[in-house]
Amino acid sequence: MTEAYIYDAVRTPRGKGKSDGSLHEITALNLSVQVLQALRDRNNIDSAEIEDVALGCVSPVGEQGAVITRTAVMNAGYAQTTGGIQVNRFCASGLEASNIAAAKVMSGECDLAIGGGVESMSRVPMGSDGGAWPTDPASAFHNYFVPQGVSADLIATKYGFSRDDVDAYAVESHKRAKKAWDEGRFSKSIMPVKDVMGVTVLDHDETIRPETDMQSLGALNPSFKMMGENFGFNGVAIQKYPEVENINHVHHAGNSSGIVDGAAGLLIGNKEVGERLGLKPRARIRSMASIGSEPTIMLTGPEFAAKKALKRAGMNVNDIDIYELNEAFAAVVLRFMQALDIDHNDINVNGGAIAMGHPLGATGAMILGTMVDELERSDKETSLVTLCIGGGMGTATIIERV
Amino acid sequence: MSDYKTISMDLDSDGILTLTIDVPNQGMNVWDEHLMSEFPHFVDRLLEDDDVKGAVICSGRDNAFMAGADLRMLEQNSGELNKESFEQGMTLNRLFRRMETGGHTVRQMQREGKKAKPVAVAVEGLALGGGLELVLACHHRVVADNPKIKLGLPEVLVGLLPGGGGTQRTPRLVGLQNAAMMCTQGKNLDPKKALAQGLINEVVEAGKTVDAAKAWVKDNVKGVLQPWDVKGFKVPGGAGSMNPKAVQFFMAANAMALKESKNNYPAIKAIMSCLYEGTSVPMDTAIAIEVKYFCKLLADPVAKNMIRTLFVNKQAAEKGAQRPEGIATIDIKKVGVLGAGLMGSGIAHVTAKAGMEVISLDRSMEEAEKSVAYTKKILDKNVSRGRMTQEKADAFLARITPTDNYDDLKDVDLIIEAVFERPDVKADVIKKTEAVIGKEVVFASNTSTLPIGGLAKNSSRPDQFIGMHFFSPVEKMPLLEIIPHEGTGDLALAAAFDYNKKIRKTPIVVKDVRGFFTNRVFPPYANEASLLVTEGVSMALIENCASLLGLPIGPLAVTDETTLKLGYDIMTSTKEEMGDDYEPTGSEEFYENMVTKWDRAGRRFGAGFYDYDEDGKRLGLWKGMSDHYPLAEEQPSAEEVMERLLYAQLIPTAKCYAEGVVPDPQSADLGAIFGWGFPPYTGGPLSYIDTIGLEAFVRTADNLAQRHGARFTPPQMFRDKAKAGDTIYEKKTKSGKKAA
Repeated sequence: MTEAYIYDAVRTPRGKGKSDGSLHEITALNLSVQVLQALRDRNNIDSAEIEDVALGCVSPVGEQGAVITRTAVMNAGYAQTTGGIQVNRFCASGLEASNIAAAKVMSGECDLAIGGGVESMSRVPMGSDGGAWPTDPASAFHNYFVPQGVSADLIATKYGFSRDDVDAYAVESHKRAKKAWDEGRFSKSIMPVKDVMGVTVLDHDETIRPETDMQSLGALNPSFKMMGENFGFNGVAIQKYPEVENINHVHHAGNSSGIVDGAAGLLIGNKEVGERLGLKPRARIRSMASIGSEPTIMLTGPEFAAKKALKRAGMNVNDIDIYELNEAFAAVVLRFMQALDIDHNDINVNGGAIAMGHPLGATGAMILGTMVDELERSDKETSLVTLCIGGGMGTATIIERV
Repeated sequence: MSDYKTISMDLDSDGILTLTIDVPNQGMNVWDEHLMSEFPHFVDRLLEDDDVKGAVICSGRDNAFMAGADLRMLEQNSGELNKESFEQGMTLNRLFRRMETGGHTVRQMQREGKKAKPVAVAVEGLALGGGLELVLACHHRVVADNPKIKLGLPEVLVGLLPGGGGTQRTPRLVGLQNAAMMCTQGKNLDPKKALAQGLINEVVEAGKTVDAAKAWVKDNVKGVLQPWDVKGFKVPGGAGSMNPKAVQFFMAANAMALKESKNNYPAIKAIMSCLYEGTSVPMDTAIAIEVKYFCKLLADPVAKNMIRTLFVNKQAAEKGAQRPEGIATIDIKKVGVLGAGLMGSGIAHVTAKAGMEVISLDRSMEEAEKSVAYTKKILDKNVSRGRMTQEKADAFLARITPTDNYDDLKDVDLIIEAVFERPDVKADVIKKTEAVIGKEVVFASNTSTLPIGGLAKNSSRPDQFIGMHFFSPVEKMPLLEIIPHEGTGDLALAAAFDYNKKIRKTPIVVKDVRGFFTNRVFPPYANEASLLVTEGVSMALIENCASLLGLPIGPLAVTDETTLKLGYDIMTSTKEEMGDDYEPTGSEEFYENMVTKWDRAGRRFGAGFYDYDEDGKRLGLWKGMSDHYPLAEEQPSAEEVMERLLYAQLIPTAKCYAEGVVPDPQSADLGAIFGWGFPPYTGGPLSYIDTIGLEAFVRTADNLAQRHGARFTPPQMFRDKAKAGDTIYEKKTKSGKKAA
């Protein structure tokens, strides 16, 4: 099978996903266009060489609807021959889109493609697309639906993570993100976002709070307690996990991923196209995997996705130099570390979504790019990137520095 | 045209056709086969007779507009899922649609301006289920201003959904939230609330509804449409999967409904689906969706079991199916209640509530006054919450007369004894009482532990001596066990039933054996939970598994309520009494430890399986248990725990039936559901064994016996029946007739 290589990775900074966020005035289309243009222009290639573009987007309605990717391809001034597909695997959409681009290369469908993602959570709020899963009684009853926050609290309860454990994790995320920025660890990929006049509106991740400490987090009220206790969701979760007496609500705004706007993309191709276009391969895709897991606890999928990707790559846990798991909720990462016996020093080394935010459709592509940069910076060889996913799924990708 | 059985039609000079519904041979108007066959004639005449300008529907009965459908008719339903059953379900719906649309299609109504002749309904009494659905299909709904009138859709309580458009017209009138409350909880509205929500259009003085309805028809003879047949109609409050309010509603309502129902009640889910799927399509499609879900429920054993036990058999029991024939109704006006403790006070309360006079006797006035205080406390609460007037409360309380003088019992019609559970105390009371009461007066003893036959030996007229086992708190618990001893005569049994009819409990007749029925089944179940604890099974798992089965409260929490001390005491005394015949339960040591060593004798004593705060509020399961019984490394699956907890109730029930402790399956099922809260969706333990299938039941029981002990061994009678391919309840053929 053809090998797929990552030639480049760019991402926008992440803007606070509210009406006072710096990227609130920028449409999802515009964010995507700037990413696509950057990938073309940084590498100085004819866009006709890029055969297809896959972008993740989790709320593909309104201005993110109607296959935002194709619209972005056209508005970026790409050749009309470049296709566009919008991908939704909830929180792993960006990684899945990259995996689709890689799979197109591996299968021989494409020589060169882009995988990435976009989400303007400030403009198209989470949940705007409705959906049968939580609302249709046929699904809600059958699948014992609970919101993700309740699932995250269930993980903390079942696997024994206290409020202090999750808060300490969050403090460290901010510290690491601050250090990464201070040391310019993201500079290779960061692409400042410009407004319609061409003036930069944001050049850094907007939600990092290096002053975050146990005390400041300790003051926050749990976010999912009322939802769990008053709207029946705890009762539903316990029906699926009857060994649990009560759900310990430990997650809050400070130890969960932030709501932000952003976009990202990776240029992925085979060896020949790189040679022909004079591009330097930066990383090789070793393996990819997606799995389904128990949907009520929902967010334990990364463990199983990682194991599957490792197996497909013929590797074991210790063969990975650095892990990157999206910080959807602190307990998700703590459980992953516990399940695979991973040292905190080897995972999320530059912080994560608790500090910098989680632009749903884009995050997977952002953290994959982050790992390409980090392998080069720290002179390491292998990284496994994974995310937990709504509905009980996991997606993982293993890359190796070239 | 006067040869109708259930309806009459009268055309007045204004061209208003009045339809009066009066279904004979039924307690209240209901949709029975006769009304079903005659109602179409009304719709035909309304639509086809040019002299008819509009119609008013009313009831010929004082007590009700209409109480719903005759569930016995449904019990006969084949329950097959095919076009035929769908068409059957559509019959009444098509009539309702024809009436409200005037027989016009949606296209004719929305593009060609066609309208229906106005139909108003005049409601002077309760309208429930199919009765309310008829009301909702009328264009204008007038209800008498009487807060006692109940308007509701109780189908869910017997495992069904309102299949006459109820799940579709309610959300279109009152919004999803209110509709879900009505349809999934089966709670009723009074006329004022119904008006405020928009379910009905007018509330007028009682007796004036027909006039008001006619006046409205007169004003609307040009024709009307239901709001949902008007182009551009929107469900109040919003509907549809892209409407943020509807999305929020469904997320929360699904979770709440699932939390309560544990997926044990298909009707609740089906109703939610009708609301979800039906409210974003036109009415005709919506009705078809509802009927399909209705057919599915009808084919499900849950509805069959619930209808049989909770409706047919419950009603039969309450009407006195087991009352001996040939004895005139005994008019009980005054009851002597002996003992003013918790049980005596409760019995005095329900007796006075039913309008009877109570002489509440105890050994001192101070003790006797306790029953008055007991009722006063409840009444004060009712008055302060506006549920009762002070006058009524005063009259209620005045019916209870405390006394310490046996002479005050001389003119009572019935004695109910609820003194301390000691044979010598009871014997003394029996003698003193019989010395003053009339010769014909029946003596009933409320006891949960002492054999009635033994107590009757103290009576000078044992044929008039009977047991009545009430449950605590008496005013809340719906079951009454009536226990004739061997020498009890028909008069005593009749008196028990006639008294019960007044206090409106569900009565079952039970043999005079230790524990009667409910107390023979419940202790083994509670004991099974204790055994699981000693095996190192997580207490949370045990409690949650009981909840998943559909029990209202976990067995450990109940044991804390009844106290481990009581269990321990009974165990000790039983051991003493039975000597070598005592069959160990396996948890003797555990109970002894909990009560005598670890200070965890139950909630009343401040600690049990759970920790409690000073006010007795449950805090959480006792963490220290694992110091004594370490958690097993490998925990059983929820299914295993549920199976053990379920069979720990099924097997003792089966034994009681096999040994004749209960005379029939109906009594066992009613006793289980209303006695200790056995899950209603099952129809009761014996109904559920039929649902499981006798063969599978015996197989599972044998399997459990092999793994966990002989206590799970099924009785031989059940083995034999399984072998013969029999069922506990009589089988019915597809046509609904009983098999030969």
